[in-house]
Amino acid sequence: MANAPAASYKGILEEAGNQVLFMFRFFRNIFRFDFEWEEFIRQCYMIGYKSFPLVGITGFIIGFVITLQSEPTMKAFGAESFIPKMVAISLIREICPVVIALICAGKISSGIGAELGSMQVSEQIDAMEVSGANPVQYLVVTRILACIIMIPLLTLMADALGFAGSYLGVNLSNHVSPQLFFSKAFSSVEFGDLLPAFFKTIFFGFAIGFIGCYKGYNSNRGTESVGIAANSAVVNASLWIIVIDGIAVQLTNALGY
Amino acid sequence: MDEPIQNKKVDTPQDNSDVITMRHIAKSFGDNAILKDINMDLHKGENLVILGKSGTGKSVTIKLIVNLLEYDKGELKVFGDEVKDLSEQELKKLRTRVGFLFQSAALYDSMTVRENLEFPLKRILKIKDEKELEDRIKEVLDSVGLPDAIDKMPSELSGGMRKRIGLARTIILKPEIMLYDEPTTGLDPITSKEISELIMSMQEKFKISSIIITHDIACAKITANRMMVMDKGEFVAEGTFEELENSSDDFIKSFFKL
Ligand SMILES: Nc1ncnc2c1ncn2[C@@H]1O[C@H](COP(=O)(O)OP(=O)(O)O)[C@@H](O)[C@H]1O
Ligand SMILES: [Mg+2]
Repeated sequence: MANAPAASYKGILEEAGNQVLFMFRFFRNIFRFDFEWEEFIRQCYMIGYKSFPLVGITGFIIGFVITLQSEPTMKAFGAESFIPKMVAISLIREICPVVIALICAGKISSGIGAELGSMQVSEQIDAMEVSGANPVQYLVVTRILACIIMIPLLTLMADALGFAGSYLGVNLSNHVSPQLFFSKAFSSVEFGDLLPAFFKTIFFGFAIGFIGCYKGYNSNRGTESVGIAANSAVVNASLWIIVIDGIAVQLTNALGY
Repeated sequence: MDEPIQNKKVDTPQDNSDVITMRHIAKSFGDNAILKDINMDLHKGENLVILGKSGTGKSVTIKLIVNLLEYDKGELKVFGDEVKDLSEQELKKLRTRVGFLFQSAALYDSMTVRENLEFPLKRILKIKDEKELEDRIKEVLDSVGLPDAIDKMPSELSGGMRKRIGLARTIILKPEIMLYDEPTTGLDPITSKEISELIMSMQEKFKISSIIITHDIACAKITANRMMVMDKGEFVAEGTFEELENSSDDFIKSFFKL
């Protein structure tokens, strides 16, 4: 098995090459006539609206838990009044974007992977293609764009509900008026906190949609490949998210945000 | 620029009555040589039945015709043009002139029957008018004998009904050539016979030239004007149903045993 590592490197390079080619196909098909508005809006609904409960509950509980966890420490330093500030910054800059993206990798990326995978297995994508229609335009472009738009919006919603959770956490031990809490939280948040986080989530959205589509569209024949497509979509999308997060923090530091 | 493709009949030159010609076609997947030397003509207006065991490359052969797969070697001309040399637009045009019925029928299972049928109409023929869409859909559902299925989901349809809707979705673009991949496999004998008769009526009504892949001998008997037998990536026999039925070759005879 002396060749095994070489073979697996070759496999990785091949996969990377195929992903780049698929990305080209995506970009080539965005700028076409006959944009599939109807399907795009349906996907925004499926991807965005249907994820509201999961994302909302997650955001709320994260805010709540972070507040409760940090309270004893902050109290020891006599810095309870900093809690809203600290929670706001950590939610907006890092925790909500990454956690929501990872959750969406599990829900959305795998869903797209399974859906397109089963369309590939049952020859529906071939049927679309031989009828002269453009399956990349209809299936891939709409889904990726819907993710690019909906993931940032879902993250903003999680931020907002995270504040609400944090407010509840603070109120378990002290009474703080909502006015005081939110003015403290927001006084510390600047545009410079929100902007890089927002940009980051656009790339997370792209990764989630792109990997789901790539894995589903290129899945093999045979029913077991649907499961494989869904599973590897989650794994790969999660990895992309972490890598993008690592790159983003370097960039924002370099740019001084 | 995507222009609406008119589905008018193009007159084929009289001296060239073959709508498809394949010469020395070879196709491998990796090291796995599936097609070795395929030579075949489809004459205008005929039903050509291809017989062969599973895994010999029948589906691969007809997928080459619509460029779902690319051949490695040889010549493949459809309506006189080499498939490999077509531009994206020309290929799109070719694909509307050649209909493909998949073995699984390949209905879009997130859409109703109506949406399935509208899909090519809206995108290929660019029909937007609701009334015209409706008329076209009704007409084609009538011709496959399922006028009531219009608002059903594919999951509510039986295997035979799915095949009919798959056929309807293909003929709605008025193709000149139909490629049927095992149209009766997995159906009961009565439904199989109905589908076979439907294939005949497509030939008579719309003058469609067809390739029918099957190992259902009853279907072949009803539909075939001419038959070819494929084995291990090559054609090994050709003739009418009667000629092959009375062949002395054991391999060929084996298809006709009940
Ligand atoms: N896209 C593909 N990639 C790799 N191998 C394929 C592909 N399509 C078909 N094959 C292989 O080619 C052979 C012939 O397949 P096919 O033409 O579907 O057989 P059949 O004659 O039953 O229709 C099979 O062994 C199949 O595994
Ligand atoms: Mg087959």
